[in-house]
Amino acid sequence: MIDWKPLILTFELAVVTTAILLLVSIPLAYWLVASRSRLKPVIETLVSMPLVLPPTVLGFYFLVAFSPGNAFGSWLNEWLGIKLVFSFTGLVIASVLYSLPFMVHPIQSGLSGLPPSLTEAAYVMGKSTFTTLLKVQLPNIKASLLTGIVLAFAHTIGEFGVVLMIGGNIPGKTKVASIAIYDEVEALNYGVANVYSLILFCLTFFILLTVYLVNGGYLKRFWK
Amino acid sequence: MIELDIRKRLHTAGGDMNLQLQLDIADGALLTLYGPSGAGKTSTLRLLAGLMKPDNGTITVDGETWFDSGKKIDLAPQRRQIGYVFQDYALFPNMTVRQNLEFAGKKDQDKKMVSELIEIMELGELQGRKPATLSGGQQQRVALARALVQRPRILLLDEPLAALDIKIRLKLQDHILSAHREYGLTTILISHDIGEIVRLSDRVCMLAEGQITRQGTPSEIFINRRISGKFKFTGEVIRIEQQEVVYIVTVLIQNSMVKVIAQDSEVEGLQVGDQVMVASKAFNPIIYKIE
Repeated sequence: MIDWKPLILTFELAVVTTAILLLVSIPLAYWLVASRSRLKPVIETLVSMPLVLPPTVLGFYFLVAFSPGNAFGSWLNEWLGIKLVFSFTGLVIASVLYSLPFMVHPIQSGLSGLPPSLTEAAYVMGKSTFTTLLKVQLPNIKASLLTGIVLAFAHTIGEFGVVLMIGGNIPGKTKVASIAIYDEVEALNYGVANVYSLILFCLTFFILLTVYLVNGGYLKRFWK
Repeated sequence: MIELDIRKRLHTAGGDMNLQLQLDIADGALLTLYGPSGAGKTSTLRLLAGLMKPDNGTITVDGETWFDSGKKIDLAPQRRQIGYVFQDYALFPNMTVRQNLEFAGKKDQDKKMVSELIEIMELGELQGRKPATLSGGQQQRVALARALVQRPRILLLDEPLAALDIKIRLKLQDHILSAHREYGLTTILISHDIGEIVRLSDRVCMLAEGQITRQGTPSEIFINRRISGKFKFTGEVIRIEQQEVVYIVTVLIQNSMVKVIAQDSEVEGLQVGDQVMVASKAFNPIIYKIE
């Protein structure tokens, strides 16, 4: 029988990361669409960086920054009692940053694709920007939100480099499925590696399939 | 009373343009803004609604300052109490017709208004439907009803009937007129249709390149200009062909192609793309009703 812990840990990480990402990305995407600030291109670049940067680079800098041997890391440790290196919290923070573009980009393009007259109509009716976002803008970009949620979730499941660097490989704590597969292959347990791999393969396949089915309108007839 | 005195530099497709407006609109008036596209008509509505900020000037409504660049006053669009019907209607796709109207209201007191408007605008059968399933004329009615839910003092209509066919237009013109009177509104309408303007409005303001060029009642502007017993249309030359001894000039007048026979001397100096006037004595025209 295989050890289920890495798989459970992977899904815990993906769920927590996705939830945090959703909360962070909506205001961030909103700002990116609305802002004319000179800082905007810089922020946009930073958000997109994880798309092209080797995960190990990100992981390495996290490791350096969060290390208790450093000013920031020791401050966190002493004042807040948080240890980010080789811990689940550290994994979550690293994953949030690493999957950020997968959540922000769909929401951003969804928001900027809405006709401006929709928000203007709501403003003229006396609605605040927050009410307008909640009641008009977000409900009309459900497809983008779904895409963002699923891509961020799937991408977090697929992480390897970042979690290895920042999390180490502590069983039951930071050893996620992708790392477990690598471990099993190293130990020549191809059977176990295959089970993990097959589960991840099928799961991501069905998650992505759901997105394309829903956003392509194939499921509409069952909902009606 | 709406007093506008504003300047705004606009970046349009045809280059930069200075919008310069000095305009007083009496309470209860139905004013039409008329002019070529890009003249600044929509911008005027947006400036008044607070969706666009003037570079400088003042906007005063019933003695209340909405905008004053000198005193740095700029009332948010949320607080201007304006009903605005957008050119694309801007109905919220996620809400049904009734929900669209209810969203526009503030509190429970507007519930009654919503039901009243659904009845007046004949939306009863449509109230549970989503905007995407409605025809253009139906969407237009919803947009008009929605703009009235919060009992605005001012109603702004940006070419509300442009995309509709003639029968529905006439019906909606009635709706606009009755709403205007019923709720004691000051209404500003953008329209290109002279028949519609004469029918609806009591004042017309002609705009060209950001400036007001003429103002007056519709009949002063459109009808009494020159009664001369002639038909006169301006159009664009599409084609000039020589046939035997005469020329046939094809002219596009609004949406219709007209062929006109011309002599050598008339065609001389005429090119495809020229703006021309086609005129004829109108002693005995045929007149019949269009269904």
